Amino acid sequence: MSIALENEQKLSAATPSEGHTAAHAAASPVVQTRDLRLYYGQSEALKGVTMDFHSNQVTALIGPSGCGKSTLLRCLNRMNDLIDEVLVTGSILLDGEEVNDKTLDVIELRRRVGMVFQRAVPFPKSIYENVAYGLRIAGVRDRKVVDEAVEQSLRRSALWDEVKDRLHESALGLSGGQHQRLCIARAIAVDPEIVLMDEPCSALDPRSTTRIEDLIGELRRQYTIIIVTHNMQQAARVSDYTAFLYEGELIEVGATKQVFTKPERKETEDYITGRFG
Amino acid sequence: MWATAAALTAMLSLVVVLLYVVLVNGLHVFWPAYVAEVTRVDGEALLGEITRRATNPDTDEVSFQLKTGNRELDPQRQDFRWVKEKDIRSISYPTGIYVLERVENGNYYGRLERVEGPHVPAAGDRSGDEALSSGVTAVQQKAAEYLGPIARNLAALSHQLQETREAIATLQYRKTRLPGDQHQRLDEQLAEAESRATQLKKQSDYWVALQQKRLAEFRTDVAVFKDASGKSTPIEMLDIVRIYQPNDMGLLAKLGHYVKKIGELLWDNPRESNTEGGLFPAIFGTVMLIFLMAITCFPLGVLAGIYLGEYAKDRHLVRLVRIAVNNLAGIPSIVYGIFGLGFFVYGIGGLIDQWIFPERVAVGSPTFGTGGILWASLTLGLLTVPVVIVSTEEALRAIPRGIREGSLALGATKYQTLLHVLVPMASPGMMTGFILAMARAAGEVAPLMITGVVKLAPQLPLDGDFPYFHLDRKFMHLGFHIYDVGFQSPNVEASKPMVYVTTLLLLLIVLLMTSTAIWLRNRMRKRCQLRTL
Ligand SMILES: Nc1ncnc2c1ncn2[C@@H]1O[C@H](COP(=O)(O)OP(=O)(O)OP(=O)(O)O)[C@@H](O)[C@H]1O
Ligand SMILES: [Mg+2]
Repeated sequence: MSIALENEQKLSAATPSEGHTAAHAAASPVVQTRDLRLYYGQSEALKGVTMDFHSNQVTALIGPSGCGKSTLLRCLNRMNDLIDEVLVTGSILLDGEEVNDKTLDVIELRRRVGMVFQRAVPFPKSIYENVAYGLRIAGVRDRKVVDEAVEQSLRRSALWDEVKDRLHESALGLSGGQHQRLCIARAIAVDPEIVLMDEPCSALDPRSTTRIEDLIGELRRQYTIIIVTHNMQQAARVSDYTAFLYEGELIEVGATKQVFTKPERKETEDYITGRFG
Repeated sequence: MWATAAALTAMLSLVVVLLYVVLVNGLHVFWPAYVAEVTRVDGEALLGEITRRATNPDTDEVSFQLKTGNRELDPQRQDFRWVKEKDIRSISYPTGIYVLERVENGNYYGRLERVEGPHVPAAGDRSGDEALSSGVTAVQQKAAEYLGPIARNLAALSHQLQETREAIATLQYRKTRLPGDQHQRLDEQLAEAESRATQLKKQSDYWVALQQKRLAEFRTDVAVFKDASGKSTPIEMLDIVRIYQPNDMGLLAKLGHYVKKIGELLWDNPRESNTEGGLFPAIFGTVMLIFLMAITCFPLGVLAGIYLGEYAKDRHLVRLVRIAVNNLAGIPSIVYGIFGLGFFVYGIGGLIDQWIFPERVAVGSPTFGTGGILWASLTLGLLTVPVVIVSTEEALRAIPRGIREGSLALGATKYQTLLHVLVPMASPGMMTGFILAMARAAGEVAPLMITGVVKLAPQLPLDGDFPYFHLDRKFMHLGFHIYDVGFQSPNVEASKPMVYVTTLLLLLIVLLMTSTAIWLRNRMRKRCQLRTL
């Protein structure tokens, strides 16, 4: 109990200062992690992460490779269940509901918390079927509904113009950047509340990166977005909040502007300015 | 480096030699060979196809092997003769030589003298050739007209007789099971059935006698031929299957002959203890066996593979099972055969018989408790299922994790992911296993020999009689045919061509089936291919 309280205090110290923009003021936490620890077998990959993610905001997770960004992200929709010998302790609250609860309907959770992976792998189906997949398995049979959702998702992921004439061709014939946007379309087609993006712009050219960044800005109005990125400029450009992780520990979290201009911790500053080991 | 290359070359050349031997020997079998007239120094003349030339390594003497046919005339009943080159005065290829393929006694080589008999149309001014061919056609047509209905009658009668006998056996069996006071009714029924049986027997005896009489008449329709020594032999026209004169045939005629022979091979029943005639029942048996095997082993293997790859939790157990499955492939196939005999035939088959046909067991004619195509195909399925399991599991494991996670992250259940994404993606791999399984199954003979293959099956396992599929029936098989004709036949030389042809045919069938499967797989693969970024 006392630990939880302590965390609470630390967290409130880390949340953005009051004088921020109106949008930030309206933000409320949809996801809260409390002393989240994750073990891969013997090794501890997350060492007690306590932070909030706010609704309709973009939160960027930054940190050196192997610090646990993907692991944290995957905790939020329980993707780590798929890996053997993983132990998770602590709590994750989604709208006040415990995510780590074994009785929770994982299917429902994943429908609410969509994910775009570090490496975009479309299904070996047509472009249309890729986007419609989530709806189909959710049991949506109405053709008109599916058609509409597919078009809307593709438009929002800025892919529609490129693929509208070849919707029924194999998705495997698209380029890497198009794959990435297709996977985003696939994720938002089921209308999740939260979208997790794990380095959506890795292996993309600047133009595609720009498009995806624009897209994130667009999606932000409707969804809560958590994005992992190695690109500091990108984090600064697209996110409202930034969290810096180092070796499984949350070092600092705060409004992006603040973290980038006057970080509270020296490690953060070193990392952002590139002076890091 | 050179060692690996040499090993590969050695392997390839062995395969090529094998294929070459089979192709060369198999392909020319049906090509009408010239008939040589060989005159020996001592004046004896021989007619026949020169089939081989051999040199004695010690004496350098050259000899020729002649297929002289006319088996019934030879004291040793031989089709083949060896003649030393130094004993030969001349070899010529005269025209007008006939080759007769016969229902019995193999080929006949000779010159036509005349045709005669009650059913032969008057020769008029036709030449001998025409008289022969029109005579044979006419006689065989008439014979079909007279004898066909008799044969059909007899078949029907024997079927009824068989049923009556089974009914008698059932009644007798029931009698042993029921208390004495109920015997009277059974005895009445028994008496009735027995009188019906004698009735049927009498009828069938009448028809048999008629058939014999008619046949005797037709046996007087003969074509008289003269062999090389000048001896005349009457040959019954009913006995003649095909007539040709190879020395007088042009290329086109030979080609026609070749095509017809292949047609016979594919669609006719075998003759002469399988060394002549067609292979239809064996082809049918082989294909049906593999199909039955496929529809049992494929689903089973795929399901087991999916369980092992996706659901099984215990890592060590899975590893153990995987090793076991892999090693199953190393068990000699005859062991599977013995298992099939013990488990399927005597075990399951015996149980089915006891439940459904106890009276047949009692009279010693089991239905499922004896070898049959169903048990043979299940045994083969058992033999090949590990291949399907392993390749299914491997295909599933080869799917990138991103695909699996992508599907699950969209809220799909494990089952939905499997059904909509993983199985379609793994299907080419499963097909590969299936192709391997099929190729292996097609080549197996040993386990079949004790689970239901026979050298001559009277009926196909699929026909127009209800219930159409007779999975309890015994069947013929090309692989067993090779063994039977090649090594169990009394007439080794005469059966050699058939061995090559059968081998070739088996290879072709396997090739056809596997290439169809490969074509299917490639179509699947094209749809599922992941483009690497
Ligand atoms: N399946 C796994 N089994 C064991 N250890 C793992 C597994 N996945 C990740 N780890 C370990 O957990 C730590 C955190 O990994 P994670 O993938 O979260 O890093 P990351 O911050 O996303 O790195 P990157 O920026 O390179 O993607 C690493 O030390 C990694 O080796
Ligand atoms: Mg990562």
